[in-house]
Amino acid sequence: MTYIKPKFRHPEMPKNTIGYAKADYEGVISTLCAGCGHDSISGAIVQACYEMAIEPHRVAKLSGIGCSSKTPNYFLNNSHGFNSVHGRMPSVATGANMANRDLIYLGVSGDGDTASIGMGQFVHAIRRNLNMLYIVMNNGCYGLTKGQDSATADQGSVSKSGSVNPFEGIDLPGMALELGATFVARSFSGDKTQLVPLIKAALSHKGFALIDVMSPCVTFNNNAGSTKSYDYVRDHIEALAEIGFVPEKEEITVSYETGTTVDVELHDGSVVHLQKLADGWDPRDRQAAMRRLQAAKTEGEILTGLLYIDPNSKDLHEVIKSDSRPLNSLKEEDLCPGSAILDLINEDFR
Amino acid sequence: MRNLTGINDLVVRFANVNGTGSASANNMFAMSIFRMGIPMTAKNIFPSNIQGLPTWYEVRVSEKGYLGRREGVDVLVCVNPQSMKQDIASVKSGGYFVYDNTKNLHKDFIRDDINYIGIPMIGICMRLYQDPRQRQLFKNMIYVGALAALLDIELEVVKGIIADEFAKKPKLIEPNVQAMMEGVKYVQDNYSYPLHVRVERRDLVGDSIVIDGNTACGLGAVYAGATVAGWYPITPSTSLVEAFAKYANKYRLDPETGLKKVAIVQAEDELAAFGMVLGASWNGARAFTATSGPGVSLMNEFLGLAYFAEIPAVLVDVQRGGPSTGMPTRTQQSDLLLAAYASHGDTKHVLLLPSTPTECFNLMADAFDLAERLQTPVIVMTDLDLGMNDHLTAPLKWDDSRRYDRGKVYTAQDLDDLTAVGKQFGRYLDVDGDGIPYRTIPATHPTKGSFFTRGTSHDEYARYTEDGVKNAEVLDRLLKKWDTAKEITPKPEFYQTENKSNVGVIFFGTTTYAALEAMDLLREEEGITLDAMRATAFPFHSSVEEFIAAHDQVFVIEQNRDAQFRTLLINELEVNPKKLIKILNYDGMPITAEAIRRQIAGVLATV
Repeated sequence: MTYIKPKFRHPEMPKNTIGYAKADYEGVISTLCAGCGHDSISGAIVQACYEMAIEPHRVAKLSGIGCSSKTPNYFLNNSHGFNSVHGRMPSVATGANMANRDLIYLGVSGDGDTASIGMGQFVHAIRRNLNMLYIVMNNGCYGLTKGQDSATADQGSVSKSGSVNPFEGIDLPGMALELGATFVARSFSGDKTQLVPLIKAALSHKGFALIDVMSPCVTFNNNAGSTKSYDYVRDHIEALAEIGFVPEKEEITVSYETGTTVDVELHDGSVVHLQKLADGWDPRDRQAAMRRLQAAKTEGEILTGLLYIDPNSKDLHEVIKSDSRPLNSLKEEDLCPGSAILDLINEDFR
Repeated sequence: MRNLTGINDLVVRFANVNGTGSASANNMFAMSIFRMGIPMTAKNIFPSNIQGLPTWYEVRVSEKGYLGRREGVDVLVCVNPQSMKQDIASVKSGGYFVYDNTKNLHKDFIRDDINYIGIPMIGICMRLYQDPRQRQLFKNMIYVGALAALLDIELEVVKGIIADEFAKKPKLIEPNVQAMMEGVKYVQDNYSYPLHVRVERRDLVGDSIVIDGNTACGLGAVYAGATVAGWYPITPSTSLVEAFAKYANKYRLDPETGLKKVAIVQAEDELAAFGMVLGASWNGARAFTATSGPGVSLMNEFLGLAYFAEIPAVLVDVQRGGPSTGMPTRTQQSDLLLAAYASHGDTKHVLLLPSTPTECFNLMADAFDLAERLQTPVIVMTDLDLGMNDHLTAPLKWDDSRRYDRGKVYTAQDLDDLTAVGKQFGRYLDVDGDGIPYRTIPATHPTKGSFFTRGTSHDEYARYTEDGVKNAEVLDRLLKKWDTAKEITPKPEFYQTENKSNVGVIFFGTTTYAALEAMDLLREEEGITLDAMRATAFPFHSSVEEFIAAHDQVFVIEQNRDAQFRTLLINELEVNPKKLIKILNYDGMPITAEAIRRQIAGVLATV
């Protein structure tokens, strides 16, 4: 069964600065359960890319296996997509990025795909500061195999079948901070006003950007007692700041009370504008972010927003000093040393 | 006692302690033979250890140009007391045992059928050098000198090699020459020299080079335009990617910016290494990785994805002794079935089977063309013997007019042209009837050519489908592509213009050296002439089936326990298994001609 949306478009549909309508950023119709948080995240991705006027074909969307990893089919139809194998999206994204540093790499994963089978690759992509946006659609359970606890399920959380998760849950943003990630955020699929600017900021960040998005599973983990249900997340959410993303050279027009805002300029000249809600917090202070995250956890709160950003981070290509051109564009003349050099090399082996 | 005699036909084995700098001294010895124009082959028999365990280095000198390992040691140079007993036992009757006689040999170590040549290596070093490290390193040069005098190696040749070896540290040339001459002098003062087994200058190596297969593969990848390598260290493949890095960093460096036209990342494991290759290949770069059997086991899942999603990839499997962790520093050809059918479901892969470093270079370059032409993984199957040992081989050659075959890739113009004639791009459409569809590289066109690469069942347009008929059609098209692969992969090599015998032999890879020598032995000493075929690729070209059909019996020679190549022949071809007779070796040492001759002659004698 295929789900192809009708191509009919209203002629007066608004267009962005490069002439694309929002519909040009959509994908095929989702096959996920009605009300799935993941579809909201797909919508936020569409919204962010539309507003940023990204050329869809300049995005490569990659995923692993699971409900979350199906979603790249549901947004950015004009982008190439790669639905790889379980837990291995980071390595495929790494290779793709090595081949062409000029594209935007958008990886989508789930809590099983990231925190269990994919943990090894996830942490190493962070270590290498691969220039990509890595979104975890985190629902604390395995949806496609009908609701088993995942490694991000909180200890004590109750599943639909009534069993209580006896194990400690893995906190992905906390771990990413520990590993030296250069952009760490958490959000909630039901909070588009926060999620859309976070995605925009992450796409502008040069380096590895993690957004861990609480995305309740309406079918298998939305029951009373679950700490990843819509009700629980809404009741326990604590946002660090109201976030705004300001593209390059656009002036910030709204004025705020002195001392309550933080502006972080990114490498491309765009600005992340944060209106602080929490005291004693600066998004450029890794240790403060880790402390704040720990404190929230102790209090049973789900801390959301941009937790940490290093606006001067160096991505993998800068570290390994690879050519400024996309490597996939290089030809024989650039790459092959030729027969005269080979004769010299032969001489070394005589 | 009958002393061994003979010119340019001997095996010299060095018994050393790992990590004592003996490798470079032993290599100088081998290169001296080569520079005297005499064919030689060198085998490093080393432990899975960095320092302390016994290690051997074996040089076979062969006027006839035989480059396989030969059984029996004519001259053993013993610098390791740990292994002395077994080393003494390994010397052929009438052979020579060169040892350090600074201390007397225990009487248990005396055999009355071999010659003992004592050189007081430690004694000379204690007298001449104060620094312990110097004593150890120069000891190696002393035995090189002693051996040069004993075997009649031209001293000017050895001096030239020392000068080359230390070209970047010229201060070390003179002391090394002096140490070497101390060994020469001791032999001249104390023994009648040269020995009856010795070497003599010839002009038999032409423009050959001496290189290991890993270096040749690494160079092949540079010349083939590989720009991305993800890899994970594993013996015996590590030096392959290191060679690639060395040459790519040198010849693809922009001296002004310091930027390199290559991206190499040491992955967290073999799974990630192959994932990187797939991501890069999917995104239009030429990418590869190298590993050994345990790594291929880990890469199975991704190999299946690459097969089904039709993503080009080049993988080198430098095979080592299995099963499991096995013998990491010994050789085998025991990953054939693993590689040929890696991953679940109906999956099979193209294998290339080089037998010399020159062929490693050439097939590596071909592998990238084939992978992109066929849009599938191509696995280059070498082994530890080929990869890590130095081989006398034809010089590497590159045709500057050669263009990379990037296969069927639609450009933006192609996509517009398709639309102009009312056609739609289908990633898995068999447009040309050869089973190979057209692909697009990400970002080719703003509105055309994008598709969703997936390991799930899909239709011609890369859309998910659970229609079993559709899925079967895709599987059938992949078989059609497999048939195309049979035609465009390298053809087997036949050693006769027309078949003369009713018995044939099939071999491949490093077994070739010993197999060809065994054919000579069988003909010269037993009067048996056999027709021979060397396989160079899987799937098999139709001429393989024809060769088997043309013979009553076919010996299949390979270096594993289960006759895996024979299994491939039976599985893929319409042949009678009874005709295919196994000739095997799986002790981790390169197979010898003598072992092949014994087994073949034995079988033929009982018929």
